[in-house]
Amino acid sequence: MTAPITARTDTAPPALDVRDIAKGYAGKAAVRGISLRVEAGEIVGLLGPNGAGKTTTINMILGLLAPDSGQVLISGLDLARQRAAALAMVNFQASYAPLPGNLTVRQNLLFFARLYALAQPARRVGELLESFKLTALACTRCGLLSSGEQARVALAKTLLNRPRLLLLDEPTSSLDPATADDLRRMIRDLAARNGCAVLWTSHNMLEVEQVCDRVLLLARGRVLLQGDPRRLAAEHGDASLEDLFIRIAREPLAHGVDA
Amino acid sequence: MNLRRVSAIVLRQIDLMRSSPTRVVPLVAWVAIDIVLWGFITRYLGSLSAHGPDFTLTLLGAVLLWDFFGRIMQGVTTAFFEDVWSRSFLNLFASPISVSEYVAGLVATSVLTSCISLAVMLLLARFAFGLSLLAFGLPAAGFLAVLFLFGIALGIFASAVVLRLGPASEWLVWPIPALLSPFAAVFYPLHVLPQWMQWVAHALPPAYVFEGLRALAAGHGVQPGTLLLATTLALLQIALALGFFVRVFRGAIRSGLLARYSAESVA
Repeated sequence: MTAPITARTDTAPPALDVRDIAKGYAGKAAVRGISLRVEAGEIVGLLGPNGAGKTTTINMILGLLAPDSGQVLISGLDLARQRAAALAMVNFQASYAPLPGNLTVRQNLLFFARLYALAQPARRVGELLESFKLTALACTRCGLLSSGEQARVALAKTLLNRPRLLLLDEPTSSLDPATADDLRRMIRDLAARNGCAVLWTSHNMLEVEQVCDRVLLLARGRVLLQGDPRRLAAEHGDASLEDLFIRIAREPLAHGVDA
Repeated sequence: MNLRRVSAIVLRQIDLMRSSPTRVVPLVAWVAIDIVLWGFITRYLGSLSAHGPDFTLTLLGAVLLWDFFGRIMQGVTTAFFEDVWSRSFLNLFASPISVSEYVAGLVATSVLTSCISLAVMLLLARFAFGLSLLAFGLPAAGFLAVLFLFGIALGIFASAVVLRLGPASEWLVWPIPALLSPFAAVFYPLHVLPQWMQWVAHALPPAYVFEGLRALAAGHGVQPGTLLLATTLALLQIALALGFFVRVFRGAIRSGLLARYSAESVA
């Protein structure tokens, strides 16, 4: 079981260090040399229009997709060479990666607890069921839960191994405003208290301003802009982050991204 | 290899069977039907000629062994299909599990499920039709081992094919045992096959098992060398199937197929 992070030291490697990764499909570039770092306790937003390369980047960080070039380091471990050790410190949630609907909440969490080789899986599952208020649903099949309940179970799954790096791909996309707000608060709390680094993708710019310490704006597979989400728009002459996002989505060429 | 991760795959299958008993029915229903059907056929054939060949051993015994092989193969592929059907590849392979741990989990799951099928077949054959595995003597262990190994090899190969071609290719897997049975010479001696089919049969470990079974029924012993050759062949085929699975998996990681797998509708 991965030990919880309680303190951040200057000598510790970043939770995530992505170095110049690139990926193409059938001769068409999807990601063109993206580099990014996420430090312990930091929440970084990965933004961009559809097809910008966000999910491709996340898949490469998770080892589900091999980059054509570049390197992914997780807490200093090279994902390509030390896959199991690196992935033991990571977890992720995405609406397109549902948990098996034919297993109950408890069975699902136990399954993933064993995959992460936790020493006392039943105990950890019990803790998470309680803290996510899922105890009453423990024996319900995941496929029968509401989308809000499923999101809570998926989030509980992401915390099983006490990850140092959490990848959340549009985690609030199917949630009602109240549940989404709870989830945002929970993630901020997790980053602040446990030093968990979070890479968060979203199309909700208000949410990004509220949650993220830093954002990277992608377009056509490259990092176009990065900075503080609360200041980035003003720095580029836009009224809001959403306006900046729309401008970049519509005119990436004007921002130095070639076709 | 981390045994906790291997056990996760097996325990998941147990959980699925506990929460959905309909998953247990195919493990016992088809093999039970086969044993009952062939049990009565052998009983009828036996009644036609009191001094003829031992149909119980050559027909019912062959059905029992062939069904065991089929259950082993399907045990591997069905455990694999659970991940296809539930679209869990992303969550599964974003965890620290390695390909070898995953395949070991599928094989261990198959051991569990096929043991259930084997127990049902043995009980039915013994108490309804008087066929005991002990009648085969010591070679029975060799027969089962060879069929077990070959079933594992074929299950891994079939899973790799589905991983490569996508969920829609699932239908390719189910008829594989039926396609192989003419070559495996389950119910007739190898020499009745045309020469080219005999060449194929010699590459299939089950053919040696069924030749051995008929030799036993005829009162001859089974050559240990033959069983050793069949075991070696099956082990080689497992190594080849594993290599093929790993190659397909790495290709799926390179091409993005694995990442797209979960997005593909399998409904």
